[in-house]
Amino acid sequence: MTRATRHPKRRGLALRLALFILASTTLIFLAAFGYSHYHTRRLVLKNVSAVAMDRAASVVLQIEIKLRSVEALPRVVSRYLENRTVTDELVLPLMHDMVAGSPEIFGAAAAFEPHAFAPDQRFYAPYFFRKGSAEATFTQLGNESYNYFLWDWYLIPKELNRPVWSEPYFDEGGGGTLMTTYSHPFYERSEEERMFRGVVTADVSLENLVADIATISLYETGYAFLISNRGAFLAHPDQTLIMRESIFSMAEARKLPELRTVGKTMIQGGSGFTAMTCPHTGRRSLLAYAPVTAAGWSVGVVIPEHELFADIRTLNRTVLTIAAAGLTLLLLVVVAISRSITRPLQHLVGATEEIAKGNLEVQLPEVRTGDEVQVLTRSVDEMRVALKEYIADIAETSRAKERIESELKIASAIQMNFLPKRFPPFPDQTAFDLYAALAPAREVGGDLYDFFMLDPGHLFFSVGDVSDKGVPAALFMAVTKTLMKGMAEQGSTPADVLGRVNAELCQNNETAMFVTLVCGILDMATGDLVYSNAGHNPPVLLRAGKRPEFLTLPPGLVLGVAEEAVFETRTIRLFPNDRLLLYTDGVTEAMDADDQLFSDERLLGETTGMAAETPRQMVERLMAAVHAYAGGTAQSDDITVLALHYRGSH
Amino acid sequence: MLCIWLWACLLAAGAARGDAPVSVEFLPQWSPQSQFAGYYVADAKGFYKRRGLMVTVMRGGPDRPAGVQLADRRVAFTTLFLTEGIALRDQGVPLVNIGQIVQRSALMLVAHKKSGIRTPDDLDGRRVSVWDEFRLQPLAFFRQNHLSVSLVPQGYTPNLFLMGGVDAASAMWYNEYHVILNSGIDADELSTFLLADYGFNFPEDGIYCLEETLHGNPEAVRAFVQGSIEGWRYTFAHPEEALAIVMACVDAANLPTNRVHQRWMLARMGDIICPGGDCDDMGKLNEANYLFVGRQLRDNGIIQAIPDYQEFYDPRHATP
Repeated sequence: MTRATRHPKRRGLALRLALFILASTTLIFLAAFGYSHYHTRRLVLKNVSAVAMDRAASVVLQIEIKLRSVEALPRVVSRYLENRTVTDELVLPLMHDMVAGSPEIFGAAAAFEPHAFAPDQRFYAPYFFRKGSAEATFTQLGNESYNYFLWDWYLIPKELNRPVWSEPYFDEGGGGTLMTTYSHPFYERSEEERMFRGVVTADVSLENLVADIATISLYETGYAFLISNRGAFLAHPDQTLIMRESIFSMAEARKLPELRTVGKTMIQGGSGFTAMTCPHTGRRSLLAYAPVTAAGWSVGVVIPEHELFADIRTLNRTVLTIAAAGLTLLLLVVVAISRSITRPLQHLVGATEEIAKGNLEVQLPEVRTGDEVQVLTRSVDEMRVALKEYIADIAETSRAKERIESELKIASAIQMNFLPKRFPPFPDQTAFDLYAALAPAREVGGDLYDFFMLDPGHLFFSVGDVSDKGVPAALFMAVTKTLMKGMAEQGSTPADVLGRVNAELCQNNETAMFVTLVCGILDMATGDLVYSNAGHNPPVLLRAGKRPEFLTLPPGLVLGVAEEAVFETRTIRLFPNDRLLLYTDGVTEAMDADDQLFSDERLLGETTGMAAETPRQMVERLMAAVHAYAGGTAQSDDITVLALHYRGSH
Repeated sequence: MLCIWLWACLLAAGAARGDAPVSVEFLPQWSPQSQFAGYYVADAKGFYKRRGLMVTVMRGGPDRPAGVQLADRRVAFTTLFLTEGIALRDQGVPLVNIGQIVQRSALMLVAHKKSGIRTPDDLDGRRVSVWDEFRLQPLAFFRQNHLSVSLVPQGYTPNLFLMGGVDAASAMWYNEYHVILNSGIDADELSTFLLADYGFNFPEDGIYCLEETLHGNPEAVRAFVQGSIEGWRYTFAHPEEALAIVMACVDAANLPTNRVHQRWMLARMGDIICPGGDCDDMGKLNEANYLFVGRQLRDNGIIQAIPDYQEFYDPRHATP
């Protein structure tokens, strides 16, 4: 496993924290700001619409009052003239007084139909008017070049049969002032019909009204205007428009179809509040309009949108500035807080990286924040110390283990040296051949074998197995082997040897270890074999030309358990080419992967094929068979095999 | 040598024309507006002066009837509708048409579609206002379509029509029609009957002077007619410059009109002076048209006899 640590692209905790907090705060702020802005605008619009409509209404009211007050006189006079024989004496003082007594009236006329005043007179239209501040001046209107029958002030009320305010006009005689004329028709009435006889008129100057309207201002450049029922400007801050331009000519000139639409609504007597493009400034504006019903005119009040919202814009700027400052402050605070959190973490990261590299001496940073980081730092430090101790322990343990292992190796070598290793052991002997091997499960084992000549005619051999394994077993085996050799050389039967060895082993055997053992003495001249048993597995006897069989052993207790144990000696005779195979339970109890034992039957089967083999071949073959059977399964017990081939004496 | 010879020729030409320029007065038949743009432009651009003529363009209007002023010899040149020219000649005023500028009649009838008038037949039984001096064409139109209409005298504005006093009104295509549009009534809300389209094409503005001027000072007559035609050609080639010149005259007269209206009028003058964009006939009085108008006048008792075409119209000065 590689220890090359791949660091993911580092995006610091502090940065992420700052970004997330700042982004969400900004979002919340913008949402609140947008909502507030939208509603403030609506509120302002609502208020402005009310103010503008009020303004328009008050202008309308002023004009209406003035027009209505003027309307009264022609109405009364025309009524008075109906069905009356009209003479100069009747008309002239009437008309004179009408003008003289009404300062708001600039001039007044009573204009008659052709020949209606007198049969020989086509025109009769006495007209009184003010010239400067002087008394009312008199003139007769109407002659070949001023045919009043065709002028609007006469023609329209006649044809419409109702009183009419004329389209305003510039009066040349009145010093070019803007005038309008109210004309009231009068009739000759009879039972069945009425016959038109003429009109009574009153001229009023629009100067005052216009001046009032032109001075109206709302906000910075808001203004009011007045249009006639044809859309012509009667009052407007821009004097050059008056009577020249109409709301429709402006719409055409500035290409503002919406203005034309508004204009149509206005001259049709509509009232309302609408957004439009101001034809003068080109800016979006709000227009409130209301009709002057008396004359069919319309008053408009224009307020540029950008001025309306100037206060809101100022407020918005302030709010945005405060927000920007606040967000900057917030950013600094967040960065500071997250730094204070992450700085010890960063130090900790540095330290743990060192630890990861194996440097356990690294000094962890001092953290006194009292929070999780401090706990974490302490834990990491404890972990570091624990790791260090653990590693020290492991080093110590492995040193001890190494020592033991080396000692065990030495012990193993010593133990192996105990056993006779030279084969063939007695090269000058022809009566028999012998081979033995021991495969310990660990460095040292508890199995043993031995053989030696008691005298030139007798071979002593033995195979044993200490109850335990390892070093204690090895020691016990060494003791047993030494005792066996000592006792056997004193010259006696195998049972006697076992009895004496048992007695020795039972002395001070506090560990309660024991050993199984089989031993025998072969008389090479006769082939007689005397043997005895101490709880060991029966050897396999392979007589020449026969099937292998287990040697019948006398009963006998294992050595080292009971001091008073008694062993028996048996005797059989070996014939030339008989073979004897001694082994320990490491052979028959060897286990395969399925925990199945090698078994006595398999041992006999294996032995069948050994009839012509040398002892060495026999031992190696059995060892190989056991290893093959165990496969990869670890060897759990020592394995010892000793094979004897009796050739017979010649 | 060549230069000296050229200079001598120029001197000789100047001497032949007379060194002192001739001063004349010209009276258009109505207040300053684009209807007379060609004359204002000719004056402003020096087209008269270049021909050795000092022209004073007088302010016209209802208080100064051009025909009367011409008859009284108060002005040398004036413009008149053909009908008025013929009528004055018939009445004994020795005037001569020296250039027929407007070839096509702009007179029309206008009605609200919403009053149900869409075809000439719909005018039957309606109240229609007509100008007294221009009543001939509508009356002939009504006769032709067998309409019985209630005639109402029409004043100087279309206000009676706008206020609903009549079902239909007379209008000049270049003037009242646009006034109506600019009083808040859309073109598609109106039915229009251009009388020229119904066979009553009375040529309108022509240039007139008295016989004595024609015979006494033919150079001045030619200079005026040629200068005027050049003025109109320049006007149609440079409409915005012409409009600026017209607006200057309008502003000087302090008239209640506006640029949008004058631009419309200028464009329509182009349509009736050069129908279909063809200006070749500018200045020419078509004899058939003349006789048609004359017969209409005679048959309606406005004139006794149709003046002789050769005596009424002198084509020499309108041709280059």
